[in-house]
Amino acid sequence: MPVLTLNGLGRSFGAFRALQDMDLTVEDGEFLSLLGPSGCGKTTTLRMIAGFMPPTEGTIEIDGRVLSSPAGCTPPEKRGMSMIFQSYAIWPNMTVAQNVAFGLKLRKLPADEIRMRLERMLEVVQLGHLADQYPAELSGGQQQRVALARAIVVRPSVLLLDEPLSNLDASLREEMRYEIRRLHDEFKITTVYVTHDQSEAMATSDRIAVMNGGRMEQVDAPYVLYTRPKTRFVAGFIGRTNFIEAERDGTSVGFAGFEAPACVFPDAPARRALTFSVRPQSIILHRGEPSAVDGVVRLPCRLAERTFLGEHWDYMVETEDGRLRLRVTAPPQRVLEVGDDLWMEIDPAEMVAIA
Amino acid sequence: MTRTLSEPDAPVAAAIPARDGLLGRIRRLEPSMMLWIALIALLLFLVANPIFRLVASSLIDGRTGDLTFDNYVTAYGRARHVEALINTMWMGAGVVALSTLFAVPLAWACSRTDMPGKTLVRLIVLGAFITPPYLGAVGWILLAGPNAGWLNQIWMAATGSEQGIFNIFSFGGLVLIIATNVFFFIFIFTSNALDLVSSEMEDAANVLGAGTLRTVATITLPLVFPAILGGMIVTFLQAIALFGVPALISIPARFPVVTTQLWQFFQYPVRVEVAAAYAIPLLMITIGLFGLQKLLLRRKGFVAVTGKGGERRMIALGRWRWVMFGYAMLIASLTLLLPFGALTQAAFAEAWGRGMSFDNFTFGNFSYMLFEHTTARLAIFNSLYFASAAACLALAIALAIAYITDRRLLPFGGVLSFLCMAPFVIPGVVLAIGFYAAYAPPPVALYGSSLILIFAFSARFLPVAFANSAAGMKSIHPDLEEAVRILGGGRLTAIRRVTAPLLKRTLAGGWLLIFIPATQELSTAIFLTGPNTQVISVLLLDLSEEGNLEHLSALGMILLVLTVVIVTVGMKLLGRDFMLRRT
Repeated sequence: MPVLTLNGLGRSFGAFRALQDMDLTVEDGEFLSLLGPSGCGKTTTLRMIAGFMPPTEGTIEIDGRVLSSPAGCTPPEKRGMSMIFQSYAIWPNMTVAQNVAFGLKLRKLPADEIRMRLERMLEVVQLGHLADQYPAELSGGQQQRVALARAIVVRPSVLLLDEPLSNLDASLREEMRYEIRRLHDEFKITTVYVTHDQSEAMATSDRIAVMNGGRMEQVDAPYVLYTRPKTRFVAGFIGRTNFIEAERDGTSVGFAGFEAPACVFPDAPARRALTFSVRPQSIILHRGEPSAVDGVVRLPCRLAERTFLGEHWDYMVETEDGRLRLRVTAPPQRVLEVGDDLWMEIDPAEMVAIA
Repeated sequence: MTRTLSEPDAPVAAAIPARDGLLGRIRRLEPSMMLWIALIALLLFLVANPIFRLVASSLIDGRTGDLTFDNYVTAYGRARHVEALINTMWMGAGVVALSTLFAVPLAWACSRTDMPGKTLVRLIVLGAFITPPYLGAVGWILLAGPNAGWLNQIWMAATGSEQGIFNIFSFGGLVLIIATNVFFFIFIFTSNALDLVSSEMEDAANVLGAGTLRTVATITLPLVFPAILGGMIVTFLQAIALFGVPALISIPARFPVVTTQLWQFFQYPVRVEVAAAYAIPLLMITIGLFGLQKLLLRRKGFVAVTGKGGERRMIALGRWRWVMFGYAMLIASLTLLLPFGALTQAAFAEAWGRGMSFDNFTFGNFSYMLFEHTTARLAIFNSLYFASAAACLALAIALAIAYITDRRLLPFGGVLSFLCMAPFVIPGVVLAIGFYAAYAPPPVALYGSSLILIFAFSARFLPVAFANSAAGMKSIHPDLEEAVRILGGGRLTAIRRVTAPLLKRTLAGGWLLIFIPATQELSTAIFLTGPNTQVISVLLLDLSEEGNLEHLSALGMILLVLTVVIVTVGMKLLGRDFMLRRT
């Protein structure tokens, strides 16, 4: 059963449309990310879900009740949600324990239960020994844990996270990423997570909604997004890719230098001019001509540029006539020199036609 | 287990109410909204209406209520009245010149050189500023009153001359006394700017062969010139708006100025409309010059002064450090040591002219003022009461407005903050006339009540309160409040539990910054006090008319001690520089 439903949600600031036609459902216990570059409307969406901002179009429903519409908005304090802010928003005038217990006190729970839940929560986020410290005395990662504990301890109907890791350094960010997922797996709270970092979204989410320019481009599980991107933007934003132009001609699709039967691409749009996305990892380079495998395309090419990035090689190859210029990723041991004459192998099944 | 944990026990999300009439819409307003509306009404009452009534009554015939320019004709139709306006400008110019001479070398020495006793000098400058100027005037009357003054006595004793050479009741005396108080502004503007000039700027000139003096003259001072000019403008405006010093000095000196002339219009029969008309040019000059100052300080041509960075080293003055220190002590004597020394002597003397001797020493003046004088105790109580009430009221309003504008709760936040800052450009005397015009006559008829003074003081110090509150509010991230709301607390809970505790220090500082000058406030009080609402400053002026300088000095000392105690407490609680931060 969906907990949270956005119906045709839109928000304008004067003439500027920050968000339009957003349709989305989030299932009970699901972890969903809103992913996109800055200005794509993801934070606007989150703030509307939280009730800090009314929509100018569409509605937000929770458990079938309309909470936000252009006519009015249930204020944030009446929504039973909780949120983790980019700045953490830990109250500096309260100790760790006071911060975490705040929401429980507002709910007027019995003192015993508050103490019990507080202790258990601090244990879960490994902050028990810091309960009486003030936030100014904590490290960035510890503050982040306080924010998490404070938001989760009230068992919200929906947990909202607004770029919670963007203020941490790289290694800590990776650690907290798993921490967030671990807490979600433990408490199964319906979660909406806003980020511009694709690896963060990939590591934490059940599904990712990719947003761009105020619109949602695609919502799918991370693996599907990567292997089956529907739009040019998604293909380019989730990982790196090559775009190849092609032309459909009856039962075959013609590329620059090779062709493939149209039945390999059942999802391709029914039009003549097509664009395909090929991941750099899907292309294999060979020094000599590889033995023929059914359906796999083989093409002679030359190495034009190379960059060593430590974890892998980044090669740029081009065909003799220069009509195809593709980026290829290879493991570090696979050392090739600029100017080498090579063969590349592409399996058309790994190519995706995009809208 | 996890299943029960995920069951939300949060308050059940309430569906939005159906759309209905006006009543429903009012019910749906957040309760805090009502508070904002009340505060806005108060702001209109305190600032907008008095200004409006000032301008309006200058254009209206007092008896018939018709629109007229007669008030302006009456106000400026006489040569004496025009002369007072011109005198005021000369006085302002003189004060600016002397203040610059005091402040700029001192500011440079304090922030760029190794002059000894810099902390002491800064403290003395602050001391000269927080002591009320009219008390300085009393001290100077004791020092340089014709013939009888101490300096004249010493001169006559030393030279055998029949006559003293100093006469404080003169243009020079007036300018000196005012400058000793207001040079603070140039000092603070200049030293703040100098603190931002990197030593590398000076090193670059030194490397090319310029000596210390040449570097100061061609690099350092030109860099901070906009700041100096800004300080000069503020000094000028402070000088021309003063009432107390001119009341004590310029009337005997036969050198009428605008503020004393305005007071004349309030002598029986009170001619508010004429006073209002007469005050308008002063108001225009003030507004115009503040605009100019803002423009000057906003110019980005002197970017070097705005950025920090670069190492700062103190310039070694060598032998000259003691010369510089001597200059600082000379200014300290003129502004603080001499006048307040004389005041202290008089406060403890049977008769101040008999000098420092044991049989002339008495506590009688204090016991008279504290236990026998009919209104002194009331005046002390009133001063403290009005000042604290005004500080609370001004801060409450300013905080609410700062909150509204910072959090963009209402579309017209800019207008609100403008209204809060508006009294900044209104001389106290002019504001008082506005209050008189608006609230003295029926139906409000507040004249002679405590309320009108509390309101007037609140309006007068509202800009201080607002600058303070706005800075405090900026330092609190809105997320901190939104975190409360998303966890189930209303806006008022957020303010009570998070915002207010975090603002405590800012508020304490702001409260003192209002309370201290409000206990000394004269220029608004003089027009609005009645028999039961006497305050220390007005009583001091009354005593000066009686001519009993010993009693007057004793009361002045009481006010001074109060001030020093409060400032010291403030420094202990909030850090030594709490009054010196430029807002």
